[in-house]
Order: sequence, then structure tokens, then C-alpha cells
Amino acid sequence: MELEKFYYDNRPVKWFGFATVIWGIVGMLVGLWVAVAVYYPALNLGFAPTTFGRMRPVHTNAVIFAFVGNGIFMGVYYSLQRLVKARMFSDTLSKIHFWGWQLIILAAALTLWTGHTTGKEYAELEWPIDIAIALIWVLFGVNMIGTILKRRERHLYVAIWFYLATWITVAMLHIVNSIEIPISFLKSYSYYAGVQDALVQWWYGHNAVAFFLTTPYLGLMYYFLPKAANRPVYSYRLSIIHFWALIFIYIWAGPHHLLYTSLPDWAQSLGTVFSIMLIAPSWGGMLNGLFTLRGAWDKVREDAVLKFMVVAITCYGMATFEGPLLSLKNVNAISHYTDWTIAHVHVGALGWNGFLTFGILYWLVPRLWNTPLYSKKLASNHFWIGTIGIVLYTIPMYWAGFTQSLMWKSFTPEGQLKFQFLETVTHIMPLYITRSIGGLLYLVGAFIMGYNLYKTMAAGKFVDEEAAESAPLDKNYVGPKNDYWHRVIERKPVRMLVFSFILVAIGGIIEFIPTFLVKSNVPTIASVKPYTPLELHGRDVYIKEGCYTCHSQMIRPFRDEVARYGEYSKAGEHIYDHPFQWGSKRTGPDLARQGGKFPDSWHYNHMYEPQSMSPGSIMPSYPWLFSNEIDLNKTESMIWAMRKVGVPYEKGYEKIANADLQKQNEAILKALKGDKIDAKPNTEIIALIAYLQRLGVDIKGEVKTASN
Amino acid sequence: MKFIHYLERIVGVDIYPLLSLIIFGSFFLVMLVWMYNVDKSYIDEVSRIPLNGNEQDQ
Repeated sequence: MELEKFYYDNRPVKWFGFATVIWGIVGMLVGLWVAVAVYYPALNLGFAPTTFGRMRPVHTNAVIFAFVGNGIFMGVYYSLQRLVKARMFSDTLSKIHFWGWQLIILAAALTLWTGHTTGKEYAELEWPIDIAIALIWVLFGVNMIGTILKRRERHLYVAIWFYLATWITVAMLHIVNSIEIPISFLKSYSYYAGVQDALVQWWYGHNAVAFFLTTPYLGLMYYFLPKAANRPVYSYRLSIIHFWALIFIYIWAGPHHLLYTSLPDWAQSLGTVFSIMLIAPSWGGMLNGLFTLRGAWDKVREDAVLKFMVVAITCYGMATFEGPLLSLKNVNAISHYTDWTIAHVHVGALGWNGFLTFGILYWLVPRLWNTPLYSKKLASNHFWIGTIGIVLYTIPMYWAGFTQSLMWKSFTPEGQLKFQFLETVTHIMPLYITRSIGGLLYLVGAFIMGYNLYKTMAAGKFVDEEAAESAPLDKNYVGPKNDYWHRVIERKPVRMLVFSFILVAIGGIIEFIPTFLVKSNVPTIASVKPYTPLELHGRDVYIKEGCYTCHSQMIRPFRDEVARYGEYSKAGEHIYDHPFQWGSKRTGPDLARQGGKFPDSWHYNHMYEPQSMSPGSIMPSYPWLFSNEIDLNKTESMIWAMRKVGVPYEKGYEKIANADLQKQNEAILKALKGDKIDAKPNTEIIALIAYLQRLGVDIKGEVKTASN
Repeated sequence: MKFIHYLERIVGVDIYPLLSLIIFGSFFLVMLVWMYNVDKSYIDEVSRIPLNGNEQDQ
């Protein structure tokens, strides 16, 4: 058959490559900033956008969706064209995809910094951005599938399966978790509440790790590792098992983020079982990657690209071994809410995603600019600085996690808690300092890479159109007689996509149906009432300032937690929480039963200068809450939206809600006056105090009669 | 807060675990059977796809 001549489009690879490096450095800088702010609170600057609660979501979103996101697209746009021997489906779509994604990132950063957030981790972006993400994601899919359909290579290599599964699953996760009811242009409430919201959120959160940070990068590994080592993957059969087992099992494991919470036991156990099973495919994949280098270890010693990839794959193996361990209830009892989790995710983010991205960049740039890498020595230095950075980052965090957990759980011989919460924080400060040095080294490495790549580009000339030739597919091709089902699906990408979707959907559906079908799945507690209008406003302030990034609202049924915080949390207490605010990390103490613990004036002074009430506290101060007024015009739509999603406010209450709000406002002002504080009415601080004083008080005195 | 407490309120819930197990088990069984029977030359051919490119080495 006659060979067709065509050109690969390298431009989108270049654009996404630039974006990867730039956003990566921005994301890491923000990360370093907040890491220092943890032990040096003055760095919060007393300015809302630079406060930890707002910076932390900027850091996580930047690293996940900007750094890794652009890294995925860079790798996909390069490898897909070559794997199917065809140019991208549409140059225009590539361009729209690129600029659309960058605008989303920009909008994300701006809205998060200005306090517009849904309050759901890694899904913090508000509804207009959610819609934009869905649209751009669909365009990316059209471009990708269009390219696959006009391919000149009959078989779809395993990397492409990973790309397809990523695309379909991320679409499903994003849409289901983002169902929310807008009350204004940049504010919405989650459709789900409490336990349901938690389940949906961590089904999403866990699978964001699985299908955004893992499967697309495995696709990249299966392409770029054989390329860099110049040999096929160790076992292609194993890669097929790796693929199907991973996408089938991953989707079920989400509830392991909610062990010992108010989530029903069965869902917790489901999460644990599937998490343990995940070790098999994950390690299959890791070994497949490492064995690909069998007999080529001499190359690893020479080649920075392979060095980065080997450490990346090793970190993938460590993180995926640790993940299932953390899913065991007895381990999770120690690790959860501590810095152990932070260590775990950074093995993945710095090691697996970061190092694989660096390896790919060092491999790609010389090829795209058709010139050797500017300095192999600098690349090797980057490797060592980065590796030491990872070690200095993670080990102190593991240590801090263990220490804090052990201190939380220590009792004196008399049966009293041995340590105040604050003591457990100040004790681990040296570890926080070491961690930030590790982060700094890692960032320095990234800068070295930026310089090295820049010099390489300057020395070469960018190849925007790369010529290639290949025979077209025979339209009348009939497979061999004894063809197996898998080969048939795999030649039909659309069918393959549908198959993957069914697989991941089954996992989601079976996990959700029991909680969704049964309306009364949450034992309701008669004394739990909806929030008052002022408390709702306060709750919005709590979400806006990202309090959930450091404070949990979930007391687990452990002796120490009950002794420290009060009666353990019940599912029925959260039925009006749209969204739930259980949190995932206790840099500060749990707040589930904060209500009534301290007088209003304590909160007032504490929010103004935390160190005045708790000497040594690392909490930022929030001076703007004392002058910013809450928007009373919003009360009506807030109440209306809450009723829409099932909170039983009486019909017409939204019209008179502000009168109730004023009464409560007056009461708090009066209480503050009693302590000689002249507060400004209708300010955010008053609303926040109202909310904090409400937390967990509904069931006081009712505990014995609650159904669980 | 027990598993059974929620599930027994769903009509026909007995079929759930059974169905899940069957889907799960049969899928992997079929996949593994295929894995062992697949043609070696096919595996070799597909696993070399990434290496068939024609970009120059640096």
C-alpha cells in the first residue's frame, strides 16, 4: 500500500510544556509560602488572599490541575499523534483547548484568592468555572477521539487506553461532584448534604488522585519510558491487566478517606477492601515499569531522563503501597488528620508526578528543538537536589504525623489527656521547618530545570511541523478468524470508551445506591435544626476563609477524641450541611462541638489576634472580618437555595429571615458589650461567632436518645 | 449504624452483592483467559508501537 506523507503538530506540545513549567513553579512557590506560614504566621500578612486558608487551595489546585494537568496534555499531544501515526484531529481545537485551560487556571487562582470557593477539597472552584472545565474537557475529548478515529495504526497501544479511561472517568467524577445550586454568580451550595456529600466528595477526591494524577501518568509512563530506554515495555500482557484492574478497582476505594467518621460502616469496609486489592495492579504496574529497564541499568547511571523516571516509578510504588495501608482502620486511626497524610500525598506529587514530568520534559525539549540538552550535568544536579528535597520533605512529615497522633492519644496515669492541643502543634515546629527546606530544594531544582531547558531551546530551532509517513489503514480489513473479544474492542476506540465508562460507572453506582435510594438512610435526630440566617452567613464566612483546611468537624469515636472534643459525631447531625465541612487535616483542633465552649468575646479576640488567647498559636489573624459586612440582600436567596436542596425552612421564611438575623446579631453584640467590646453590627465576625457557637450544640443532652 | 440497618430497607437488596461479585469475578476471569491465550506475535507487535517512530535521537 502506498505511504501517506503527513505532519505531526508539535505546537500544542510546546504550549502545554511551557504551561507545565510555569504553573509548576507557581504552584510550588505557593506551597513553599504556606509551608513557611505554618511556623511563621506573620507570613499570612494579615491580608485575606495571602492567608493559609485561601493559599492552600490555590496550592493544591495549581499543582493538580495546572502543573500535572498541563503535563498530561503535553504528553498526550505528543504521544497520541505518534502512537496512532496521525496529526491531531483539529489544530483549532488544540488551540482552544490550550487557551481555555489556561484561562480556567487563571480564573481559578483569582476566585480562590478572593475567597470564592465551594469548600469541597480539590473541587473548590465555583459553578461557572466548573461549567467551563466541563466544556474544555469535552473539546479535549473530541480532539483526542477524532485523532484516534483517523489513525494509521490499527492497534491502540495501552497508553491510549489510559488516556481514554482518564477522559471518560474525570468527566463523570467532575459532573457528579459539582452538582450544586447557584445563589449568585460566584456562590453555590452543594446539592448533597452531610454524609452523602462526604461520600460523593471523597469518591471524587480519591478518584481525582486515581484518574488525574495516576492513570494519565501511567499512560505517559508506558509511552515515554520505552522511548527513553529504547526498548519495549517489560510485559505488555501485564500492562493490559494493570489497566483493567486499576480502573475497575480504583473507583470503589473512595470511602477510605472517611474511616471512623459518621459514614455508614458498610461503606467504610467497602473502601478498605478495594483499597487493599489495589496493591496488586499498582505494584504490577510499578514492576512492569522497573523491569522495562532490565539489562539497561548502565543507561540509568548516565541518563538523567531515566534517573527521574526510575525514582518516579519507585515513588509510585511506595505511595500505592502506603495508600492501602492507610486504608486499614487501625493505621488510619493514627494517620488521619495528621501530617502523615501530607507526607503520603507528597511522595506521590513530588516523586511520581513531579519527577515523571521532569523526565519527560528533559526527553522532549531536545527532540522538539532538535538539539542536544544544554547541560547534562545541570540535569543530574536537578535530579539530586530534587531527590534530597523529597526526602527532606517527607521524612519530617511522617515523623510529625506519628508524633502528633501519639501526643493526641496520650493520657496521664490519672486518666486525663496528657497534652493540650496547642502543645502537640508547637512540639512539631522543627519538623515543619525542615519540611519547608525540603520544599525549597525541590523548587530550586525546578528553577535549574527551567534554566537548562531555556538554554536548550535557545540553542535549537523549534520543529513545529514534524514530517512522517505511514500507510493508511485498509478500510476492508477483516480480523483473523479466531480473534478474541479484546482485540475487537481495542480496534474500536469508541466501543472501548463505552466499556471503560460502564466499568467505572458500575463502581460508582453500587457504592451510591444504598445512600441515595433510602431517603431516611441517615438517622435523623429530632433536636437537630437548620441553621439560623446569621449562622448561615457565618458558615459562608467559614467556607470562604478556608477554615476547613486546618480544622475538622468530625469527632471520631475514640477515647482521646471524646475526652478532648466531646461526644463523637453522629451522621444525623450533618443533614443540613451543604456542603459538609468534616475536613481532612487537624493543624488546629476539631471544631465539631465548638459551640458554647468559650464566650463570644473569646472568639472575637481570638479571630483578631489568635496569639492573645492562645499564646504560641500558629493561626493567622483575620482583621478584615471586623470591618467587612455580610450581604443582607443575599439572605433571601440563601434560604431559598437551602430549601431547594431539602433544608426544611418554612415557605416564605426567606422574606422575614433578615428580621431573625438582626435579633441574633443584637444578642451577640450585647454579649460582647458585656465584655466591654464595641463590635460593629452585621460584620462577618458576628456571623462567624454565631456559626461557631452553634457547632455541635443541637444534641447536647440528647445523646442518650439518639438512634445510634 | 450497621451495614444491614441501611440495606434491609432497599427492595431486593440480596441481588446486590451477588451481582457485584458476578460482574467483578467474570470480568477478571474473561480477561485472564484472554491474556493466556493471546497470540505472542500480536503482543510483540503492539508493544513495539512506541518505538516505531521516526524522530531523530538526540
